[in-house]
Amino acid sequence: MTDETQSRRFQEVALPHLDAAYNLARWLARSDDDAKDIVQEAFLRAFKSFAGFRGASGRPWLLAIVRNTCYTWLRQHRSAQLEVPYDDDVTGEALGADGFPEGRDPNPEAIFAASEDRRLFDVALAKLPIEFREAVVLRDVEDMSYKEIASVVAIPIGTVMSRLARGRRMLYAELTRMREGVSGGM
Amino acid sequence: MECSAVRKLLTAAVDAELELRESAEVGCHLEGCADCRAQFERERALRSAVRSNATYFRAPAGLEERIRAALPSAPAARVAAVPGRKLWQWPQWPIAVGALAGLFAVASTIGLYTTLPGVDERIGDEIVSSHVRSLLADHAVDIVSSDQHTVKPWFSGKLDFSPPVRDFASEGFPLVGGRLDYVDHRTVAALVYRRAKHTINVFALPAPGRASDAAPRAGSTHGFHTVRWTRDGMTFWAVSDVAAEDLMRLVALLRAA
Repeated sequence: MTDETQSRRFQEVALPHLDAAYNLARWLARSDDDAKDIVQEAFLRAFKSFAGFRGASGRPWLLAIVRNTCYTWLRQHRSAQLEVPYDDDVTGEALGADGFPEGRDPNPEAIFAASEDRRLFDVALAKLPIEFREAVVLRDVEDMSYKEIASVVAIPIGTVMSRLARGRRMLYAELTRMREGVSGGM
Repeated sequence: MECSAVRKLLTAAVDAELELRESAEVGCHLEGCADCRAQFERERALRSAVRSNATYFRAPAGLEERIRAALPSAPAARVAAVPGRKLWQWPQWPIAVGALAGLFAVASTIGLYTTLPGVDERIGDEIVSSHVRSLLADHAVDIVSSDQHTVKPWFSGKLDFSPPVRDFASEGFPLVGGRLDYVDHRTVAALVYRRAKHTINVFALPAPGRASDAAPRAGSTHGFHTVRWTRDGMTFWAVSDVAAEDLMRLVALLRAA
C-alpha cells in the first residue's frame, strides 16, 4: 500500500472521530491548548501504528491512543495531577460503597432541575480524579458501551462499572456541595 | 435478589448493560424495594443530567487541517521535501512548495467555512428529530421506489437542488424511497435506506455560502449515530440507530458513488 493510499485510508478511519478525540483529550488535560497538542500527537502516533489496525470502528482504537498520549503528556508536564487523592470526607459524610448519600433530596431531579448553571456540571466533573473522570466522560458524554470503554482504558468490564459507579457518586456529592455553597476541596 | 447484590448491579442497570437474566432480577427487586429504587432513580437522574449539561468539546477550527497537513499526501509535495526526512514529522516538517500552496488554499477556505459549531449542533438535533418522526409516523417516504431514475426526478420538481440518488441493495443497503423534509429553515431531501431491520435517513441540503468539501464527521445525538459531510456544495447527514460501522459503510458507498 502506497503512502498516499495508507494516508487516505487512515483519514477515512480516524478523522470522523476527531471530535471524540478532542473531547477526551480536553476532559483529561483540562486545557484547550494542551488538548490540541495532545490530539495532534495522538493522530501522528495513530498513523504510525495504522498498519496494525484491524477492526470495524476506528473510535475505540483511536481513543485508546488519545488516552495513552494524554497520560504520557500529563506524566511529563503535570505529574502532580495524576496522584491527587480524593477526600470523601470533606463534609464529614462518607460515601458508602452502597450508594448515593441519603435523602436530603426526596426528589433527585430537583438537584439538577433548571440547571441554572450548566457550568456547574463541567466544574464538578473536572474535579474528579482522572480515572473516574475518564469513565464518566467516556460513558455519559461520549456514549460508549462498557465493552468499548474497557478496550479504550485497557481494564476489565467489571472495573469499568465500579469506576463509573464511584465516579457518579463523587459527582453527585460534589454537585450537592456546590449547590449548598460548600465547595469541596481536592 | 438481596439489596446488597442489587446495589452492586445498579450502575449497570442504569446503563442497560446487564444480561437479560440479571436485568430481569434487578427489575423485579426494584419493583418491591423503595430504597433500592430511590438509589436507582438518583443515579439515573444524575446520568441524564450529565448527558444534557456536560460540555462535549468539539475540535476547534483548523485542527483538522493541521492534522491533514502533517500526513503524506500528493507526490508533488514529497518531491519538493527535504530528502531523508519523514514527511509527517511534526512540527519540524519542512514546508514544501506544493504543500505551501495546499496550505494557502486551505487557509483561504477556512474563512469561507460559515457553519459554526453551534449551528451544527442545532441542525444535528433537527436531523435526529426528523429521523425519529419519520419512524413514528410510519411515513418515511413519499415516493416509494428503489429506482434512482424514479426517485431523482421526483425531487427535481420540488427542490432547487438535485441530490444524488443511488440504490445499494447489492451491498446490503436497499433504497426504500425518498421524501421532502424541513431542516434549518428550508426544504431538504431525505433518502431512506434500510439495513436489516434498521432505517437510515440520509438528508441532503445545500451547503451554506461557498463551503468547501468536508470529510465525514461522526457524532452521536440522543443515542443515534450521525455522520455529516459536505461535497460539491451539498451537506449530507446520515442518521440511524444502526451500528456505527454499518453507517460508515453506507457513507463510504454514498461518497464513492
